[in-house]
Amino acid sequence: MFRLEPRGERSTFWVYGSPVLAVALTVVTMGLVFAVMGAAPLPAIETFLVSPLLSVSGLASLAVRAAPLIMIGVGLAFCYRANVWNIGGDGQFTVGALAGGGLALLFPNEAFWWFYPVVLAAGVAGGVFWAGIVAFLKIRFNANEILTSLMLVYIAQLVLVWLVTGPWRDPQGFGFPQSAMFSAGATTPDFFGTTMHLGCILAPLIALGVWQIMDRTVLGFQLRVVGQAPRAARYAGFSNARLTWIALAVSGGLAGLAGIIEVTGPIGQLTTGITPGYGFTAVIVAFLGRLHPVGVIFAGLLLALSYLGGDAAQISLGLPNAITGIFQGVLLFYLLGVDVLILYRLKRVRGVLLVAEPAE
Amino acid sequence: MAESPFVSPPLLALRGITKRFPGCLANDHVDLTVGRQEIHALLGENGAGKSTLVKMIYGVMKPDAGTMTWDGKAVTIASPAEARALGVGMVFQHFSLFEALTVAENIALGLNNPADRVGLYDKIAGISAKYGLTLDPQKAVHDLSVGERQRIEIVRCLLQNPKLLIMDEPTSVLTPQEVFKLFETLRRLAAEGCSILYISHKLEEIRALCEQATIMRLGRVVAHCRPAEKTARELAELMIAANLKPQSFSRERDSAAKPRLVLDRLTIRSNQQFGTDLKDISFAVAQGEILGIAGIAGNGQSELMDALSGEIPAGSPKNILLDGVPIGHEGPAARRRRGACFLPEERNGHGAVGGMTLAENGFLSANVREVLNRWGLIDRGRSRNFAAGVIKRFDVRTTGPQAEARSLSGGNLQKFLIGREVVQQPSVLMLSQPTWGVDAGAAAAIYEALTALAEAGTAIVIISQDLDEIMLLCSRIAVIAAGRVSPPMPVAEATIEKIGLLMGGAVAVQEAEIVPA
Repeated sequence: MFRLEPRGERSTFWVYGSPVLAVALTVVTMGLVFAVMGAAPLPAIETFLVSPLLSVSGLASLAVRAAPLIMIGVGLAFCYRANVWNIGGDGQFTVGALAGGGLALLFPNEAFWWFYPVVLAAGVAGGVFWAGIVAFLKIRFNANEILTSLMLVYIAQLVLVWLVTGPWRDPQGFGFPQSAMFSAGATTPDFFGTTMHLGCILAPLIALGVWQIMDRTVLGFQLRVVGQAPRAARYAGFSNARLTWIALAVSGGLAGLAGIIEVTGPIGQLTTGITPGYGFTAVIVAFLGRLHPVGVIFAGLLLALSYLGGDAAQISLGLPNAITGIFQGVLLFYLLGVDVLILYRLKRVRGVLLVAEPAE
Repeated sequence: MAESPFVSPPLLALRGITKRFPGCLANDHVDLTVGRQEIHALLGENGAGKSTLVKMIYGVMKPDAGTMTWDGKAVTIASPAEARALGVGMVFQHFSLFEALTVAENIALGLNNPADRVGLYDKIAGISAKYGLTLDPQKAVHDLSVGERQRIEIVRCLLQNPKLLIMDEPTSVLTPQEVFKLFETLRRLAAEGCSILYISHKLEEIRALCEQATIMRLGRVVAHCRPAEKTARELAELMIAANLKPQSFSRERDSAAKPRLVLDRLTIRSNQQFGTDLKDISFAVAQGEILGIAGIAGNGQSELMDALSGEIPAGSPKNILLDGVPIGHEGPAARRRRGACFLPEERNGHGAVGGMTLAENGFLSANVREVLNRWGLIDRGRSRNFAAGVIKRFDVRTTGPQAEARSLSGGNLQKFLIGREVVQQPSVLMLSQPTWGVDAGAAAAIYEALTALAEAGTAIVIISQDLDEIMLLCSRIAVIAAGRVSPPMPVAEATIEKIGLLMGGAVAVQEAEIVPA
């Protein structure tokens, strides 16, 4: 039998070690899942996690998939540091895509150099607005932001479906639920002759910028204090309402930016399926990255790989695409579980498991 | 001592129990005897060593020296499981219950022996009926009131058929009606043969409930007595029994000095459940004066501190005047800008952030007055220098400004935090429990710094439960009781009788009018 024993302090080793261990345990578990599904574990893991990385186009796809995850994940990390639990990144992503996309549909003949930045700004504004509703409800009515942000995801999705099947449907689209293609003036530029687009360049820059804000500015300091010790923040005189607004505005704005880049880039139009759950996967990304923007970059790449791996497994092994969801779920499960090692150590004990004593 | 074979020995007898923590002697040769069927009070202020003592009885800690006899036999209690096996049950001040589970499930989780779970519903119902502990075993805990939650803990203990039940400050979270019901239960338990060790600092309760009392102060037993034979005032005097030393720091108050801090009929609702509302508080503190506010814990001290710092804003700006300027509506940062500094009682998570460095903790409160930022960026050099200055001047034992606050001992962290406020040269400084858990050397350094600051013209308010400290430092003393503050009197005129009377509670507040202020 094993027993968990408090360490009495945070283990620096396990702060960084636990994501690595969680990834390792996830890979082992996925091997078992593949075996149960009738695929040889090692080749399946190779197909899932390694094969997408072996070509230039694969790497470009990885960057394209990772960009929205990193952008949303960095925003969420910023937000979670302040103890504000926005899990509605998908909704803010969608409303950002709608706001910027709507503008692009409204003005189909504008010049790229001035119009594209306006479209991006509209996307950011849409995300900020959607997260702002959450902030308003939390501050004004003390409504739990986990619930409100989640519920707003479904509202955003239904609005999207209504728009692309109704007022915004492409008249030349044979009745498919999708808008017209965006004009060249509202299309994200590609780079290096690959599918890599502006978002792939912006995402790491945004991560580095947010890192500096969190680390060096008075604002970042206030957010960290509110997150770690709310009473100390009150003692210092930091306004909790102001910080809640900022945290939600930043995370919503970044999700909105990811949304508008996604629809004006790889997708090129508004459809009912503009997000494969990026906003939810980004929650995993934020935690896997230790709520640190640099960590989020690596985590975003890993989770993007799980999307590509799911595609690869489906194509070459005939496994269902749900493998991606299982991988992400298993990873978050281990990540949260292994984190116990930061504050506790595992100790071998003889005999029965002791019931923990009530502590005063 | 030899026990007569014909008289049954007391249930529990402690002799010479001593427990030392780094920097403080928590229990110093404590004797305690609990008889059969007795409700025994353990009385003392916060920090008197009551909790340490009962933790040793319950096996959570081990004494450094001394003997324990249970039922006439010498015992050592190494763990709570052993304590329970002997027949000791304990109801903690803070409950450990799972909100989402039902009453019965919570009780079942606390039972070590699976066999005890057979027929649990009937057992719970039986105990509930027998002792008047109304409880529905199927209800979920999150729907229950605090009083009902406490009953779960009591029932959990009673299922083990204890011979001694320890109750740690059980009424601090209860309404008066719940207190009344609890007392009925405890009396019935005692009549049935279960002794009760009742920890509290509420004097009237102890007079009403307990047959015997052991009074502790600063880790030592100061008296054994029968509470019913003493007045609340006499008990308070025993509990605080300050050794009125000649004052080495405090000076005569300069009656011509202008008031820097004025509280004018400040009334505030507590922002916490079971907190104490502040009622109609008025006092003034002059330039160079140190005012001490004494009182027994839980009489509104933390609310008063929050009101002074601006964490709870006052009803009207004019309730609080700083150098003549109304500031009642302002928050902490605005008050700092005007020259006020403050430090609450709780260091961890309130006055300081444990996981942050000393430089960051310096920035936390000093950025406003010392300008430790530039263009919205943290000026790390200045922050480090500021923290290093405090560390040097107050002789804080640490590796430097980059050390995390939680790595410091309590006394060293307190020196750093007091120093952080003192070096900002405030016009008014407000502190709560400035030397709580601090060793004598650090306390002396803190006293010296505060006195020097007062001499330079700062008005200082110290909220403290340590009367010695107030007598040593302050020129005037006021007492907070049930959210009201008595008119301040010069320390030279303060006697133990007067202070005890004021601390005695609501009755004493009315009588305070008679006492010449």
